[in-house]
Amino acid sequence: MTASALDAARATPEYWSAAARKDVADPPSGLNVTIRKLEKSYGQNVVLKGVDLHIPAGQFVAIVGKSGCGKSTLLRLLVGLEKPSAGDFWYGTGPEDRHDESAIRVMFQEPRLLPWARVLPNVEVGLGRERSLKGARERALATLHKVGLGDRRSEWPSVLSGGQKQRVALARALVSRPRVLAFDEPLGALDALTRISMQRLLEQVWRDQGFTALLVTHDVAEAVTLADRVLMIEDGRITLDLRVDIPRPRQRGAAEVAALEGRILEALFRNARVGDDA
Amino acid sequence: MSAPSRALPLGGLAQWVLPVGLIIAWEAAARFGFMSSRVLPPPSAVVIAGWKLALTGELWVNIAVSFLRAVTGLAIGGTFGFVLGLVNGLSRNFEVATDTLLQMVRNVPHLALIPLVILWFGIEETAKIFLVVLGVFFPIYINTLHGIKTIDPHLIEMGRTYGMTNRELFWRVILPGALPSIFVGLRYALGFMWLTLIVAETIAASSGIGYMAMQAREFLLVDVVVLSILIYALLGKLADSTARLLERVCLNWHPAYQSRQACGRE
Repeated sequence: MTASALDAARATPEYWSAAARKDVADPPSGLNVTIRKLEKSYGQNVVLKGVDLHIPAGQFVAIVGKSGCGKSTLLRLLVGLEKPSAGDFWYGTGPEDRHDESAIRVMFQEPRLLPWARVLPNVEVGLGRERSLKGARERALATLHKVGLGDRRSEWPSVLSGGQKQRVALARALVSRPRVLAFDEPLGALDALTRISMQRLLEQVWRDQGFTALLVTHDVAEAVTLADRVLMIEDGRITLDLRVDIPRPRQRGAAEVAALEGRILEALFRNARVGDDA
Repeated sequence: MSAPSRALPLGGLAQWVLPVGLIIAWEAAARFGFMSSRVLPPPSAVVIAGWKLALTGELWVNIAVSFLRAVTGLAIGGTFGFVLGLVNGLSRNFEVATDTLLQMVRNVPHLALIPLVILWFGIEETAKIFLVVLGVFFPIYINTLHGIKTIDPHLIEMGRTYGMTNRELFWRVILPGALPSIFVGLRYALGFMWLTLIVAETIAASSGIGYMAMQAREFLLVDVVVLSILIYALLGKLADSTARLLERVCLNWHPAYQSRQACGRE
């Protein structure tokens, strides 16, 4: 299926209901994410003040906001690194819908590779319990080729550049064919040129695999370039929920991208107008 | 003793220039009468003394006895230190329960216990092994604990998000992460091991290299005294080289060991 045909198919409800029934391994598809009145506080400090959100399967959602607004906390709640103080969220059809933990993966700002394991075993970590199955190594290697680092499989992580380490981390996140992939500012520590090539890679793997993508970023241009939908979080609430209908592949610096970016930045810096677009 | 690295043939020889030069100067000083052989016999005399003792077999017995004491003490004390370091590093409750006591004991110089140890165990093997155990326990305990406490929490979080069980987390993240620090502990422990053994054997023993040195002193055999000291030096170096070799094999992922190889041809 070509990329544009895939996009066209994605637009129909039949595609999603069919995709939701499919098994994880064959071929994996995104999961809905539903969040109901989610709250999180640390002692007196209330970080999330009731977030309601529905993300359809396969959507690429970018979450932007100033630092400390709660966007990373939301992501950490969704991937199970923190427990909510109140409210609920679920993947798939409802709270009773159970998924293997390898269906939800997260990629952090730091690569977090094991320094004492070579590149390929680091990717194999992503297989979780399937690591001991037959063909695990081949799967890991295929994924490593997908991020363009197949020939570096027996290197130590310490000799790789920052961008290469992040690509290994991406391969590790992808190898279990996740149905939801959360990114916590994964490109934040990379230089500008590496960022651009990593953004292209992220978009490409998302198109290929069709997972639901949640990208927390402080880079509004990145959000507009990659996402179907941009959410802005301010003071623990979603204050902007914007569809990005610009056709892909999007050109960085194109007029529509820049216009949308300007609009989001304006909202970010004008507290009085929050909520107009929500 | 082997050269530290195959990539460094000259570097391997270079490290021996100073010790060999010193021995030549020493021999010359003794030969030309700058130094009385009562103060320090020439190296050749030491070698001859060693040769004679080797022929009678006395030398090998004493080396074997000392070596066995050292290794036994290291094995027992090291195991205790390692296990307790692991347990206290992994469990806050255990640490709270035991750390105060351990820190109190640690601050008593273990050699100060010699009179007590002789009263308890006499001058038999147990006394010396007990002292070595005490000597090697703390460096290994403290560095194992430190290694576990300083593991990057990000890696542990990563391991958990990728569904590692506690067992996998220990073998794949915690233990390899603590290993550099454990090796530091091991090398300190080896130093304490020989130090303790030398003191223990000189004070109370009926065999071993320290005993050999003390016997020789009684009969004014300076060459045998010097020989004993040199054997300690060689054994110490041997232990340290073994630890380094292990370190290089186990920590080959570590940038410190990679850069050394990469810069080898400079």
